[in-house]
Amino acid sequence: MSLLEIKNLKVRVEDREILKGINLELNAGEVHSIMGPNGSGKSTLAQVLARRETYQITGGEVLFNGKDLLAMKPEEAACEGLFLAFQYPVEIPGISNAYFLRSALNAIRKYRGQDEMDAMDFLPMLREKLKLLEMDEKLLNRSVNEAFSGGEKKRNEILQMAVLEPTLAILDETDSGLDIDALKIVAKGVNAMRSPDRAILIVTHYQRLLDYIVPDRVHVLVDGRIVKSGGPELALQLEEQGYATTESAARGA
Amino acid sequence: MGHLKVATATQGIQNYAESFSGLEKSAASRELPWLRKIRQDGFARFGETGFPTLRDEDWRFTNLSAIAQTPFRLARNGHPLPSRKDIEPYRVAGAACELVFVDGRLAPEISYLGELPARVKVANLAAELARDPGAVEAHLGRYLDIRRDAFSALNTAFIEDGAYIHIGKGVVLEAPVHLLFISVAHGAPTVNHPRNLIIAEENSQATFIEDYMSLGRGEKALCNTVTELIAGDHSVISHYMIEREHEQAFNVSTLRIQQGRSANVSSHSVLVGGAIVRNNVHPVLAGEGSECLINGLFVGSDRQHLDNYMLVEHASPHCASRQFYNGILDGHAHGVFHGRIIVHKDAQKTDAKQTNRNLLLSDTAQIDTKPQLEIYADDVKCTHGATIGQIEENSLFYLRSRGIDEASARRLLLMAFASECLDRMKEGPARTHVEGLIHRDMGRLAHASLKGGQPA
Repeated sequence: MSLLEIKNLKVRVEDREILKGINLELNAGEVHSIMGPNGSGKSTLAQVLARRETYQITGGEVLFNGKDLLAMKPEEAACEGLFLAFQYPVEIPGISNAYFLRSALNAIRKYRGQDEMDAMDFLPMLREKLKLLEMDEKLLNRSVNEAFSGGEKKRNEILQMAVLEPTLAILDETDSGLDIDALKIVAKGVNAMRSPDRAILIVTHYQRLLDYIVPDRVHVLVDGRIVKSGGPELALQLEEQGYATTESAARGA
Repeated sequence: MGHLKVATATQGIQNYAESFSGLEKSAASRELPWLRKIRQDGFARFGETGFPTLRDEDWRFTNLSAIAQTPFRLARNGHPLPSRKDIEPYRVAGAACELVFVDGRLAPEISYLGELPARVKVANLAAELARDPGAVEAHLGRYLDIRRDAFSALNTAFIEDGAYIHIGKGVVLEAPVHLLFISVAHGAPTVNHPRNLIIAEENSQATFIEDYMSLGRGEKALCNTVTELIAGDHSVISHYMIEREHEQAFNVSTLRIQQGRSANVSSHSVLVGGAIVRNNVHPVLAGEGSECLINGLFVGSDRQHLDNYMLVEHASPHCASRQFYNGILDGHAHGVFHGRIIVHKDAQKTDAKQTNRNLLLSDTAQIDTKPQLEIYADDVKCTHGATIGQIEENSLFYLRSRGIDEASARRLLLMAFASECLDRMKEGPARTHVEGLIHRDMGRLAHASLKGGQPA
């Protein structure tokens, strides 16, 4: 059974059809990338999978671990093991990063029938993960993402992923706005999480991040449809030729 | 129609007139001519004006007809007192002492005086009037302007009991003094008028908690309370006002603060209960270099009406005032923040700041916010700002996408907003007490607002 199975998914926002029948299968242990130009529906797909409720699903189904993902609330999807690293992480003044992370972890542990983790056990674990992402411990006591730099925000997303240990991680444009050093740190963090039990879906416009996190499969999303799939070499090809050729291929199809 | 209205208004006052003449005959301290005069002046003033109406600029957002038209009687004891067990959940852990007032009168049986340091007096006004009327006369009614507000005049007419606190020169009282005011159900609408006098001498430090609650439900009650707080030169004083009465209760409170030279006063108000609540905070920065923090949180749901009227008077040079009020309103609740700052002619180098932030949880909740600056000095810094917002869908989704359920996510966001006020309170028993109260209330509100109006 695939970890994630998307069948003919169609999604609208108001009167506009954004996703026009997506098919995608992702197995545990695999890393896939969805690439596409701006406005192709990449972020919509990521948000729909994370169960943002502002989208209207008009067709298709999505199975996550064999369960109906589209029937889940965002918190249920998270507790079932899905994680979205946001393109634009949200600033939440007044809630400390450490408190937020522990609340999230304990919500998920509770859902799974595990004991909640107290601060004594949580902090050493968190410090380990911080080291991996080369993050300053001070960020733990600051409000979630508030006054974080762009790079700090993206690293904070990967930190959350490292703490919550999802079975499916979706990275939405995690590379955008990162300088090469920050990109390498983020990639190191993600690579450390590659495992036979976990799948990773990297949504990106550019191939750059894929130099450091080499995917098993690359899918090209154009105008709400996956028009081409292939191995990692497809990403390089897109980088050289741009999306124009695949776009015209899509129109020709 | 006109006739009917006039008749109702007079009837309302008539009711108080009967109570007043009864009090004049019976009050234990009627033999003090100065006190009698204060009371009579108070009642005369109230008789002239009656209750304020919406035409009164200071009351334009608050309709008082429910108070004016209810035939309140002075609450008289005669019912069994609440037991210690009844009030156990409301105690403040770590308080220096606790005076419990039932319907405005001290109930020594359930109060707790503890061991107070030398030169600290915590008593009740009625007892102090009997013991040392001169000490009371020196301050009582000296700072409150009964011409400014009808409720202050009415309270003054009915002065009988309340807290009397005196902190001696240089005394540091670490633990807070807890004043618990309980309105009990009487089977008919009752009113009580607690009157508190707090004198903190030069260079003293202390914390006071006024805590208003009710026991027994279903009956309208009006608590019209006044506190005169005299903060001597270089004193450091924290004052907490907590309103958590039931949904039929009306509460009008006036905190009149008189600050000496370099006195540092923090006023923290937390309003979570009551049907109609008016919270007047009126500091006068009379001594040079004094500082005042006016911090508040008001949380309303259903049809609660919570009106905050701040009047900050800068009367001397080099004084600073900071006002921060946060409001959270759900259901059909209506909040008001009226922030008035007066900078008198001689108050050069005044630094006055005012911020009011509001969170509306439903389409039907309402907030009126009004800054009012009157500046008669020419070298001052005054700023004000107000915001009105909602819980952001973005923030909610972010939290939920990490596994936190919607009610908990809402509670976290509400708590974060409320924490802005909590963070301005000094660590200690008073803050811990308020924190517990707010935690419970945010949990309740998060669940209620979840069931109610959802964003489309």
